[in-house]
Amino acid sequence: MPPTQTAAVIRRIEPVGAYHRLTLDAPAAATADVRPGHFGALAIGGPTSATLLRRAFSIHRADPTAGTVEFIFAEHGAGTRALARHHPGDTVDLIAPLGTPFPLDGGPQRAVLVGGGYGSAPMATLAEAILTRGGQVAFVLGAATADRLFGVAEARALSPHVHVVTDDGSAGERGRVTGPLPAAMAAIDATDVHSCGPMPMLKAVTTLAAAAGARSHTAVEEAMACGTGLCMSCVLPVTGPDGVTRFLRSCTSGPVFDGTTVRWDDTGTLPADLEGAAAMTPYTPKETDPA
Amino acid sequence: MSPRHPTAHRDPIDPADIDMSAPLGARLTLPNPVLTASGCAGYGRELHRFTPLHELGALTTKTVMPYARSGRATPRMTETPSGMLNSIGLQGSGIDHLVTDELPWLAEHGARVLVSIAGERTEEFAETAARLAGQPGVVGIEANISCPNVADRGLVFACDPDASFAAVRAVKAAAGPDLPVYAKLTPDVTRITDIAAACTEAGADGLSMINTVLGMAIDTHTFRPSLAGITGGLSGPAIRPVAVRCVYQVYAAMRSGTLRPVPLLGMGGIASARDALEFILAGASGIALGTALFRDPSLPLKVRDDLRETLARHAIRSLADAVGLAHHQPEDDSRPRRTPA
Ligand SMILES: Cc1cc2nc3c(=O)[nH]c(=O)nc-3n(C[C@H](O)[C@H](O)[C@H](O)COP(=O)(O)OP(=O)(O)OC[C@H]3O[C@@H](n4cnc5c(N)ncnc54)[C@H](O)[C@@H]3O)c2cc1C
Ligand SMILES: Cc1cc2nc3c(=O)[nH]c(=O)nc-3n(C[C@H](O)[C@H](O)[C@H](O)COP(=O)(O)O)c2cc1C
Ligand code: FES
Repeated sequence: MPPTQTAAVIRRIEPVGAYHRLTLDAPAAATADVRPGHFGALAIGGPTSATLLRRAFSIHRADPTAGTVEFIFAEHGAGTRALARHHPGDTVDLIAPLGTPFPLDGGPQRAVLVGGGYGSAPMATLAEAILTRGGQVAFVLGAATADRLFGVAEARALSPHVHVVTDDGSAGERGRVTGPLPAAMAAIDATDVHSCGPMPMLKAVTTLAAAAGARSHTAVEEAMACGTGLCMSCVLPVTGPDGVTRFLRSCTSGPVFDGTTVRWDDTGTLPADLEGAAAMTPYTPKETDPA
Repeated sequence: MSPRHPTAHRDPIDPADIDMSAPLGARLTLPNPVLTASGCAGYGRELHRFTPLHELGALTTKTVMPYARSGRATPRMTETPSGMLNSIGLQGSGIDHLVTDELPWLAEHGARVLVSIAGERTEEFAETAARLAGQPGVVGIEANISCPNVADRGLVFACDPDASFAAVRAVKAAAGPDLPVYAKLTPDVTRITDIAAACTEAGADGLSMINTVLGMAIDTHTFRPSLAGITGGLSGPAIRPVAVRCVYQVYAAMRSGTLRPVPLLGMGGIASARDALEFILAGASGIALGTALFRDPSLPLKVRDDLRETLARHAIRSLADAVGLAHHQPEDDSRPRRTPA
């Protein structure tokens, strides 16, 4: 289903720990077959705003009956700080749903859902979708501090297997999501691991999932200018079924990728074997060039 | 005393009666003046979900080279006040892919296509242009000469009149007689009229102005340049005055007879019909939307329709009549009836 673009009215904006929960009245988007992993791209401020680019946020929940779409966002730079100062009744331009959702194919999944910080935002609806299809879920939710954990209560309502970790031990165990992940996979004999969070976490999760023989799907976060596939800002090196690595746009080919196809260690670089990398070699004067 | 509105004495006319066709040369008239800027709408597939491509004046494709290019490492983009810096690095799959997979799809969807091409050498411009003659939907070529010339130690073609002349002449020869060739200029030169002159002497059918402005930002958390490519191209409303100045100067040189008159395609920070009109008054016969599409992919039709309303309000019957009006003295009633061509 193609994404919709709407002037969405803010129904609620409220703090959740260190984050904000934003509920938008956006019936067109809410009824547009939103799947877990889809994201929305918000334009903040009016058409003459000095922050002109779109901001991408995972869709936490879309409610077709209420006509609402919810996001969980952290204040980071100019755009998200301005968004946090919005009030109910204000308008933001929303394009949604965008990107690729987490795959739910391959029969009922026994899946561990791993969320880092606001990366937990899509996990509750993902769990519901897996459970509806007759699967099982476990959660590993992590964050730097307790106030940056999201969705723990929702997770506990959906599964008896919920592991919580924080970097500083202010909630759950002290440590990283990779700590309890092997036990969480073993507890449900996981077929799948779905993760969303910082890139190093996604890489580590993929390594552990692969070692346990589970599929790993990761929702990546690359800086985006448009979110709609126009600008080519948001690329990362991904190896295709043909064995060739290309820069793929994470807003159209992703944000959810099979974690084993992402060249994690090469993000932010230009690997020499990338398709078309040879054409990028910086100019070096040759003897044959005219002086 | 407040200055008199130049068209205050006229009665507004019905927007439906406005002729919106854009006179872009002897072999190119578009149904409306709103194009997309190269590199800001890919090959059209993604934009089509928001703006039906056949409604555009034309779609300008992402610059294509003879071969695939990976583009640069990330980060490739950073936002700046009313603008952005990019160092995408002309990522693309090459001319074969464009001809085989993209042009047929675009033609099927009724798009008029201006194909942006580049090369690292003059011959590569020619090689790419030669592939486009007779292709479905292609209405013209935009030679993106704002890229480095390997044969000239990486100096940007459009920074040197001789290199610009050679590239444009090669593209003209390879494109054949039917495809108009627009040369896309960089503003990062001392005198843009010198480069414009080289391009028109080489046979350019039109000029596109402007490409991005070279810029840079440094991340004050990491103390490192914000872009992997270190420098990048500045675009968006931040550069609009630079772009309007370039269009105005080149149009003025054409009016004064120091430059062979050709139609101009204006771009640089256009985000509304008001901005589009500014370029048209400066001398552009068509305009392109770039960075503004990232914010609003539905913008082209709004700009087209608002521009029609604006012209109607000013009782200007056709878009062509508005081209270059900023060059006329208020009492001068001899408004140009068509673009110089
Ligand atoms: C698919 C996806 C889902 C996301 N989901 C969430 C979420 O649920 N909650 C949340 O708080 N954040 C989420 N993010 C990150 C969020 O997009 C950025 O924090 C936000 O764009 C930063 O905007 P800013 O105005 O604060 O920062 P600025 O630095 O002012 O942003 C400038 C530009 O850079 C882009 N940008 C900067 N940092 C990022 C980043 N980390 N990721 C993407 N674009 C960036 C912005 O979109 C904008 O175009 C997600 C990112 C992606 C790609
Ligand atoms: C992300 C991005 C990619 C671009 N890629 C190209 C390109 O491939 N070829 C080209 O001629 N211009 C390219 N441009 C320049 C635009 O076509 C346009 O000339 C410039 O951005 C000014 O217009 P704007 O301010 O409306 O974006 C690019 C601009 C941006 C922002
Ligand atoms: S964010 Fe623009 S192409 Fe992905």
